[in-house]
Amino acid sequence: MSSLALALGQLFDGLSLASILLLAALGLSLSFGLMRVINMAHGEFVMAGGFLMYVAHQWAPGAGVALGLPLAFLGSAVLGAVLERVLIRRLYGRPLDTLLATWGVSLVLQQLARDEFGSTGVEVTAPPWLADSFAIDHGPLAGLAFAHVRLFIIGLAGLVLCSMVLLFNRTRAGLYIRAVNQHRGMASALGVDTRRVDLLVFALGSGVAGLAGGALALIAPVTSTVGQSYVVDAFLVVILGGMGTLRGTAIAALLIGVASAVAETFTSISFAKVILLLLVVAFLQFRPRGLVAARSRALEDT
Amino acid sequence: MIRRWVVPALPFVALALAPLYLGSYHLTLAGRFLSLGVLAMGIVLVWGHGGVLPLGQGVFFGLGGYALAMHLKLVSLPAGELPDFMQWNGVDALPLWWQPFTSAGLSLAAVIVVPAAGALVLAWLVFRRRMTSVYIALITQALALAFATLLISQQGTTGGFNGLTNFDTLFGAPLGDDRTRVWLHLATVALAALAYAGARVLGATQAGRLVTAVRDGENRVRFLGYSPAPYKILVFVVAGVFAGIAGALHTLHLGLISPAMVGVVPSIEMVVWVAVGGRASLSGALIGALLVNLGKDSISSAWPDAWLYVMGLVFILVVIATPRGLAGVVETVAARLRRTKVAAGVHDAEPIGEEVTTHG
Repeated sequence: MSSLALALGQLFDGLSLASILLLAALGLSLSFGLMRVINMAHGEFVMAGGFLMYVAHQWAPGAGVALGLPLAFLGSAVLGAVLERVLIRRLYGRPLDTLLATWGVSLVLQQLARDEFGSTGVEVTAPPWLADSFAIDHGPLAGLAFAHVRLFIIGLAGLVLCSMVLLFNRTRAGLYIRAVNQHRGMASALGVDTRRVDLLVFALGSGVAGLAGGALALIAPVTSTVGQSYVVDAFLVVILGGMGTLRGTAIAALLIGVASAVAETFTSISFAKVILLLLVVAFLQFRPRGLVAARSRALEDT
Repeated sequence: MIRRWVVPALPFVALALAPLYLGSYHLTLAGRFLSLGVLAMGIVLVWGHGGVLPLGQGVFFGLGGYALAMHLKLVSLPAGELPDFMQWNGVDALPLWWQPFTSAGLSLAAVIVVPAAGALVLAWLVFRRRMTSVYIALITQALALAFATLLISQQGTTGGFNGLTNFDTLFGAPLGDDRTRVWLHLATVALAALAYAGARVLGATQAGRLVTAVRDGENRVRFLGYSPAPYKILVFVVAGVFAGIAGALHTLHLGLISPAMVGVVPSIEMVVWVAVGGRASLSGALIGALLVNLGKDSISSAWPDAWLYVMGLVFILVVIATPRGLAGVVETVAARLRRTKVAAGVHDAEPIGEEVTTHG
């Protein structure tokens, strides 16, 4: 296998990791940008999506993916909407308290999942059309293989990102979201129901996290702690990208996904994690608000 | 004077006498929880007074704990022999960074210096630029994850997932001995009392007042001509040292330190103790650490599966119902009692207490 093929293979792995990170981080970033809320239970929406994918495969083994992805999206979205209504709404303006309360929610959800599905987790067998891979046998790139399931995940993330961009820029709901994001008080004064916008964005972000879980279930077993293992990386993406921007989150997910895949070729996974964290902290020294920061003349953040 | 210093000293005196009335199992528990209380007081300084939520205190706990554990591990071995996990992993010479820990003095110094240095570098990096407190919370959490992952992966030099255990002696005294246990308990109580007094004194100095001022209005402090960063760095380093001391004491009481005590989940649990006890109250944090861990010990031994439910619900309820924790409940009740007294014609001076806000 040539070194070029090896490098391209790593890049491909990085891209698929970036896709999952993007799906997991979008909701976090949006709800922080809009409501200044950090949702520590976000990882459990990823987990819920994964388990719903598994349930769909139990019900309809033939049409698991077609049924599982919508189910994962809707299930996590409903879960998110309930959380927003019941808990987060009470804690507006207290970001660190929200962080703690949602951590409590995450513990409860994890234990529920452990009681329901066992502590070893469950596995989803990907359908045959996803189990294969495109392999290149000849030429300078011989030995390079693109697994279908990873291509599928990259495609899914791209699709979600495009629909989000369209939703934000081309629909009335998107207009409201951007308005509330820019100036909550003014949007409210002009008749935007800001609470409904909050609920919508939170449910949407949770649903996308559910999709991430559904996609993840196709390549790895789903356990009750799967959310926790992705959520810290998702937070790094959000921090690096600048909170509340689609563009920043997408670029940051790409950077972190590819960087960790590259770092893993030179060193172990754990060292790669440490190096990545150091890089992010170092980067924040130059841009404390992340890659894409909303410019504002306001002295205090609201 | 009496109210400010003598009354808080009484519980410490009662704790120091614990060997007289507690059995050995409960004495060890008391010592362990009290060492965790030292760490909790550090969180009060950073979170309650400074308004910055630290989600990576497990790292400094681990640095202090491992520094002492490495020394205990080395003295428990025959001269020239390597720890068992090194032999299993094919490490045939003591790594350079283990060598200082053959000396007791250097190890004791490391318990304080290493966490302090780590906290200093981290605090300097995050407070130098004006990062928001949410960013800082998430970065410290990522640090806890990275630290635990690193410890687990370097099995040949850190003991990996199992951590460091099987210690024999502390400075020549056998650890299992009853006399050593009593002395260890007394040392823990003394250090906890010292930490409490130190934190009180620090809170009353100009630097301490500025930390609280930064929490309530960072820009106003800036306009008054102060740079907030040094004060935040100061409390963060003090909290790091508290965590390091707590880690060393806890290692002695439990006879074990492992990555399971330093990662993301334990680091957040540390914040729960403080949230339950009262984030702005030093005594509240001590009581919170004691109560939550006592609860954990009894609940998780009776119903192992129920502990996460209980802790999750406690978390949610405390944040929603009493953001100021138990200390807040006590203050509210006390204030109500005082009001009835005033109404009855008894005048009482306003107590000089810690200002408490419900800011996140």
